[in-house]
Amino acid sequence: MAQPALEKWQGQVATLKLGASKEEGGSRLGVIKIGGQQTLPFLFNEGSIPNRPQIAFEIWDIMPVDWPQELLKTYGEVLNDPLAWAQTCVRQYKAQALCIKLVGAHPDFGNKSAAQEAALIAKLLKAVDVPLIILGSGDDAKDNLILPACCQAAKGERCLIGSAVQDNYKTLAAAVLADGHNIIAESPIDINIAKQLNILISDMGLSLERIAINPTIGALGYGLEYAYSIMERVRLAALSGDKTVANLFICLVAQESWRAKEAKASSAEFPAWGAQVERGIIWETITATSLIQAGADLLVMRHPKAVEKVNKHIDELMRS
Amino acid sequence: MFIIGELINGMYQNIAKAIKERDKSVIQKCALQQIQAGADALDVNCGPASKNQVSDIAWLAEVIQEVTDKPLALDSSKPAVIEAGLKAIKNKAIINSTTADQEKLSVLVPLAKRHNAKLIGISISNKGIPRNKDQRLELAATIVAFCAEADFPIQDLYLDPIVLPVNVAQPQMKDILEAIHEFKIISDPAPNTIVGLSNVSQGTCSRSLVNRAFLTMAVAWGLDAAILDPLDKELMDAAITAELILNKQIDCDSYLEAYRKK
Repeated sequence: MAQPALEKWQGQVATLKLGASKEEGGSRLGVIKIGGQQTLPFLFNEGSIPNRPQIAFEIWDIMPVDWPQELLKTYGEVLNDPLAWAQTCVRQYKAQALCIKLVGAHPDFGNKSAAQEAALIAKLLKAVDVPLIILGSGDDAKDNLILPACCQAAKGERCLIGSAVQDNYKTLAAAVLADGHNIIAESPIDINIAKQLNILISDMGLSLERIAINPTIGALGYGLEYAYSIMERVRLAALSGDKTVANLFICLVAQESWRAKEAKASSAEFPAWGAQVERGIIWETITATSLIQAGADLLVMRHPKAVEKVNKHIDELMRS
Repeated sequence: MFIIGELINGMYQNIAKAIKERDKSVIQKCALQQIQAGADALDVNCGPASKNQVSDIAWLAEVIQEVTDKPLALDSSKPAVIEAGLKAIKNKAIINSTTADQEKLSVLVPLAKRHNAKLIGISISNKGIPRNKDQRLELAATIVAFCAEADFPIQDLYLDPIVLPVNVAQPQMKDILEAIHEFKIISDPAPNTIVGLSNVSQGTCSRSLVNRAFLTMAVAWGLDAAILDPLDKELMDAAITAELILNKQIDCDSYLEAYRKK
């Protein structure tokens, strides 16, 4: 029987370390290594895949705005208290990492100050011992105030902090560099900007290994294939030896999946679609598992059941 | 594109003097400058003035390896000189070069195989320089066939169509470019293609421009590697841009810088 043709790659995806242990100057118990693969997803015969894709639970600094009922019901009361919410994710749902989104700093959603957010990050680091991903409010001007303060509050904990974008990366890159963190470089489903932004950030002295690419994704049915093809092309270039794009991918799966109509619409409105309770979980699960095949290394997710399914799926893929 | 820096050559007076006086700082500086400018490997040639090429090439290999682990292309028409270089070499080696003559092939192909070296094969023979594309193809096929029979990996073979000065052999330029393309389809897996670029502009007034134009066209015809002056920044920029246009790297505003960071 003919043997399958094996590709021989010369490049390797950079390995990013998330979280710092006591010995390394931080206080995290579970330090996570991501990336480092020398082949396309799960082609174990072609090259080594030292680390599995990881999932971080998304939490907010305020009561979530615009979340579907199913999510609100699942978490319940703790959504009012970011620390209790974080502890629920870690203790009850066994989260390996958390991604806190500082929406409350946005001028439209409470306009919390840099000092308030920094204090929250400090408390959060005491409340849980898993690695942290910290995302800004989405307002560039405000994020340039709060994110450096949060970087400092988490100094030495080797968080992953974002997002740097092409028109606004210098303040964040400088803060991340000063306080020993990693950075998220976000591009709008644009491979050329993704590469350019990596070069701009590395020109500031932050080594390429400390950058995670957020390629911007769409959920299933909402442009997932555009993100998929860009991630695939970036990964092929990386494996062919282009170090300027040899980075892991972080994908904000939850925020895209849960705003899909299929996840939000009520059963009364679309009786043929089945129970709304299940649809959102399915949408988040399928979006995540598809992106894993495109090369996603770090997934930010919300629903504990979806996380459980995707984790099981990853375990099976890693065993094969 | 695989770039072999051509500047460590005894044909240049500063290098000849450094070889004669065993002044390693000149050689090492020249090596590092070329690497910094984007060379993936360095050509090493003792030049016509060398009285003892066997000891000179060994000395050159030794002092270059003190500052870099890039591959070295041992450049001589004498197999004994190449063998002396191979003995002195710890880095990866490229033999530059064999012709299509049996007496050269029968010595250099086994030597390359024994040392895990890459091999440059020039499409010329003792009958002289080919006059058209078909003669080039015939000579190239002779080299490929010999390598295949000797079990030398064809992926490690670099075929050179022998570039002639444009002011001497203008009618042959198109043949040379087409030969680059057709060399690639001689066998599967395909051999690599390479040119000694600077020859194309020998004796012309605008050497850099002629080099640049020819290289760009050769890249379009499928050229994989070139021996050239990497310190000619415009030439390097042209090569990088030509590969960008062929979609061999992802475009971005700083694509030149990105290539040099690789």
